[in-house]
This record gives sequence, structure tokens and C-alpha cells, in this order.
Amino acid sequence: MNVWQALGSRRFLLSGWPWRAAGYLLGAALAGALTLLAGLLLLTAGVLVVLGPAAFALLGLPVARAERRVRRLLDDRPVPDAHRPPSRPGLRAWLTVRYTEPVTWRELGHALLLALLWPFDVLAVVLAVAVPLALLATPVLLGVDGGQVNVLKAWPVTSWPPAVAVAVLAVPVFALAAYGMTVYAGARAALARTLLTGPDARITELTRSRVRLVDAFEAERARIERDLHDGAQQRLVALTMMLGLARLDAPAGPLTTRLARAQDEAERALTELRQLIRGIHPPLLTDFGLPAAVAELADRSVIPVAVDLDLPGRFPAPIESTAWFVVCEAMANVARHSGAGRATIAGGYAAGTLTVRVRDDGRGGAGPDGGTGLVRLGDRVSVVDGRLTLSSPPGGPTVLTVELPCRPLPPCA
Amino acid sequence: MPAPATLRVVLAEDSVLLREGLAGLLARFGHEVVAAVGDAAELGETVATGRPDIVVTDVRMPPGFTDEGLRAAVELRRRHPALPILVLSQYVETTYATHLLDAGDGTGVGYLLKDRIGRVEEFIEALHRVAGGGTVVDPEVVRQLLRRRRDPLGALTPREREVLALIAEGRSNAAIAARLVVTEAAVAKHIRAILQKLDLPQADQDHRRVLAVLAYLRG
Repeated sequence: MNVWQALGSRRFLLSGWPWRAAGYLLGAALAGALTLLAGLLLLTAGVLVVLGPAAFALLGLPVARAERRVRRLLDDRPVPDAHRPPSRPGLRAWLTVRYTEPVTWRELGHALLLALLWPFDVLAVVLAVAVPLALLATPVLLGVDGGQVNVLKAWPVTSWPPAVAVAVLAVPVFALAAYGMTVYAGARAALARTLLTGPDARITELTRSRVRLVDAFEAERARIERDLHDGAQQRLVALTMMLGLARLDAPAGPLTTRLARAQDEAERALTELRQLIRGIHPPLLTDFGLPAAVAELADRSVIPVAVDLDLPGRFPAPIESTAWFVVCEAMANVARHSGAGRATIAGGYAAGTLTVRVRDDGRGGAGPDGGTGLVRLGDRVSVVDGRLTLSSPPGGPTVLTVELPCRPLPPCA
Repeated sequence: MPAPATLRVVLAEDSVLLREGLAGLLARFGHEVVAAVGDAAELGETVATGRPDIVVTDVRMPPGFTDEGLRAAVELRRRHPALPILVLSQYVETTYATHLLDAGDGTGVGYLLKDRIGRVEEFIEALHRVAGGGTVVDPEVVRQLLRRRRDPLGALTPREREVLALIAEGRSNAAIAARLVVTEAAVAKHIRAILQKLDLPQADQDHRRVLAVLAYLRG
């Protein structure tokens, strides 16, 4: 729960939230005042030594740390610590990382803001507590003093009825003050959050690391395919050749039969290896691109598949392979689950987006939880900022569409 | 154009194991390997100097390890249209074979899976057919082609489909008859029926017929 949700609650005034807000503001004010003091000291020292301004630049670090701790009073969503760990031990590496990462400078900005705003933080708390208390105390003061009480030093009260009325007025003012202070605290916390997290730093970093991961997988698949092609496949070919030559030399009889059987086995192994390689990383896709690879896939399908892919050329490898795996998975689902008699694979490139649509006339009702691998496929598509959509009403037709933002590669000679 | 009994062969294959093996195999059948090279760039130079009767090349070769060998073969067909080329490949996908067939008039060209080398005598026979101006397409690739066009092919009987596949592989009437254990007259009858059903011209020469059938299958 955070402070904004608490403000909407009916029991807000009776809850601990106004106190939490006060605690946050006082904590922030203390940090701000200390920052101001430390900042001034460091800068005056900096006139004499270079170290002063250098240390000043790092002032945001402890302040941000304190902010992260204190803001838990108001906000249960943690503000992530975006600092990178230094790659090597030692002060030098630590300093290098800190001075070069943007979050350090954002935190300094936050600290400076705190140093400016801290009087207002204190004022907010003081007003919220002192004003209602002063109103409440009016009759007491009148009793003690007897003559005249200046409420909030402005309105003179001399008799009991208005004094009691002012004291009663203290109750709604208390409520108003609690709301006002909490809203101010919430706004302050939101401002601090914006300053400390920056433009969705975590999400960009996350996407980037996923792209790296997929690229690494892609490279690994290509490597495995190459190894199988250059290693096992060539050796098996050499083996069948040797067996073939041995059959020529062997005298007719049981030996020739056995050699023939051995050769059959080796050929079967070659066929299986070829299918395996095609599943890992189809060479046709690398050599000739998406339309050729999709056309071959359609040829191998057990049901008739019409292909209509009109593309302006080749696309970056991750885009082609993503589109390819979507079509493969879609066709596998068509064959396995749909009961379709026909399918179409259509696609094109327009307005910076490559779109491929696989449609079948099967029974429909396909969904992400049907064990169809659609979720995994969606993950893969999202890594290249694409979109995968499925329409499969019961009774069909099923249409799977993938949209990938990309640019065609310049044609090479 | 009859090919000489002893063929001068230029061999391009990056795997040493296979290159040596193929060279030995060809030598054993009395052919002369005038050059054996390991990459596509060398292939072009060697052909210019070696004056081979036939080129046998792998698809995937250095430096890029993609389809350099195939591209080199296509380039060779452009520069030396009469030079027979047999491409050895690990890929059954029809696109590769189609590229090769489209690079010239489709005569004196072959596309075989490397698996076929093991069937030594058939391999040597295919080599001779290509060297003699014939067209050879791997049975597995033909199977892929046969799957592609369904409607008019559906009118063929199973036997006729078998014959059609053998024609597309580039086999003569005699070879088809031997394979199916029927008489040549029976084969000729099947072929007439097939060509009629597919609305193709009745060609007398083997290799014309092969090309017509292949062109039809590729759509």
C-alpha cells in the first residue's frame, strides 16, 4: 500500500498514515539540512583542496540511501538502487564507476533539491500540528489568561462562546491539516522517486539484457549447426563412401549384405541429422531468406498451404529467424491441433513493420494455455519489440499474426 | 555430346576428408582429378587453367560457409555455359537445386545430396550423365517437388508418379525400366500417359523431357 491509496481510505484520519507522512517529512528535512551543512563545508574546503568538490559530487549517495530507507514509510514499491557494482575491488574502481554513471548525478540533484526544500518540509509538519493545537488550546488559554487570547496571533477572542467555538473548529482543521500534509509528503516522495529512478532505467536495461540473451542463443544455434555440418555430417558422408567402396571390393555373399545394411544405417543417420540441423538453424533461411524458407516449409506440410509473402528484400537475422520460428510453430500447431484442411501464410512489409499471418480453417479454440508454445513464442517476439496476436474463436478460423518493427537490409551484390 | 570415358575433373570441397575420399573414388574409376581445391574463389581460377570436362563442387565453403559453392557454380555456368557442373549438397531444400537449374539452360548440370556418393556406381553414372549434357536431380529433391503441385498430379496413378519422379531425377527409359523391373515399352507407355495428363510436349530426347518435367514441377 502506498500513501495515495491510504488517502483514498475512509479510515485515513484514524490510521497511522498522517504520522507516517510527518515522519517522512521530518526525515527528509533532517537529511536536507545536513546536506546543506555538509555541502557548504565541502565547497568552502574546496577552495583550498580539489577533494572538496569531488566529495561534494558524491553527496547524493548517502542522501539517496537515506531517502530509500525513509520513503518506505509512504511507499511499498522499492526504488531500485541503479548503481553498478565496480568490476574490480578497490577505491579507484569504485570511484570510476560512481563518477561515470548517470545515477550518481541524479542523486546529487536529489540531494540539492532536498537541501533547498527542507524548510518547507518542516513548515508543513509544524503547521499541521501547531494550528489545530493552537485552536484547541484557545479556551484553556482564556481561562489562564482571563482577558484576551489572540488566536493564531491574529484574531482576538475575549469571551467564552467564541473561544469554545474556535476549539470545536480545531477538529475539522486537524483533519484538513492531516490531508494537506500527507498530500504534500506524497508529492515530495513522488518527486524524489522520479529523480532517483530516471527514465525507466530498469526496463531499458532489462530489454537490453534480453536482446543480448537472444542474440547469444542465436549465435549458439548457428555454431551448433556449423559444428554438426562440418563435423558429424562430413564424417558420416565419408563413412558411407568408404562402405560403398568396400562393397565394391567385397566378394558376393553375406559380407556384402552386411555392408549394404551398414550403409543403409549410415544414410538413415544422415537423414536424421539433416532434419535435426534444419530444426536448429535452417541454412536455407540464412542463404535465401524468409520467402524461400517459408515456401519449403509449406512444401513439407501435410495439408495444402498457400504462400503469399511479398517482401522487399532481406531483413536482419534476428527478425528473419523470429518470423521463421513463429511460422514453424504455427504450422506445427496447425498440423497437430487444428484439424484444418487448408492453411495460408501471407505477409508483407509496410510502414516499417514486417507482418506475417498464418491462417487455417480448423476448429479454432487455440489459446496460450493449450500447450501450444504460444507463450514462449510471444516472449521471443517481444524481445525484438514485436507483437504476436492470436484470434481463434471456437469453430475457427485460427489466425496467428506476428508484427515486427524493422528495416530491410540494403541489397548486397 | 558424348563425354570421354576418362573425365578431367575439378573438385571443390573444403573438408579434407571428403576431398581426398572423392579424389580416390574418381581415380579408382579411371577419372583424372586435375585439381582439388578447398574454397570457392580458387575454384574459378582453377577452371580457367585446368580445362576440366566437369566440375564437382560442395555448396557450403569458405570463406563465409554459407552457399559460396553454389554461387560459384552459378557464376561458372554464366561464364562457361557448356561446362558441366555437379553440385554436392547437404540440403534437400528445392531452392538450392532450382537456383542451379535456372543459372543456364538446365543441361549438363546435376544436384545431388552427399549421401549419394556412397552409392558409388550410381554416383559415377550420374557424373557421366552430367558430363554428357544430361540433367540430374536428387531423388529427395524431386520428392519435395512432387509434393508441391498437387492438383494435376493427383490425376496420375501411383505407378505413373514413380515414373515421373525417375524422369525428374534425369534417368533414361532403360534406367527407369531396370529400376521398376518392367520392359522399356511399358515405361514408354507410362511416359506418354504422364506427358499427356500434364499437357507437356512429347519429347523424344531424354534430356529435353527431363527439363520439361522439371520446369513443370517447379511451377
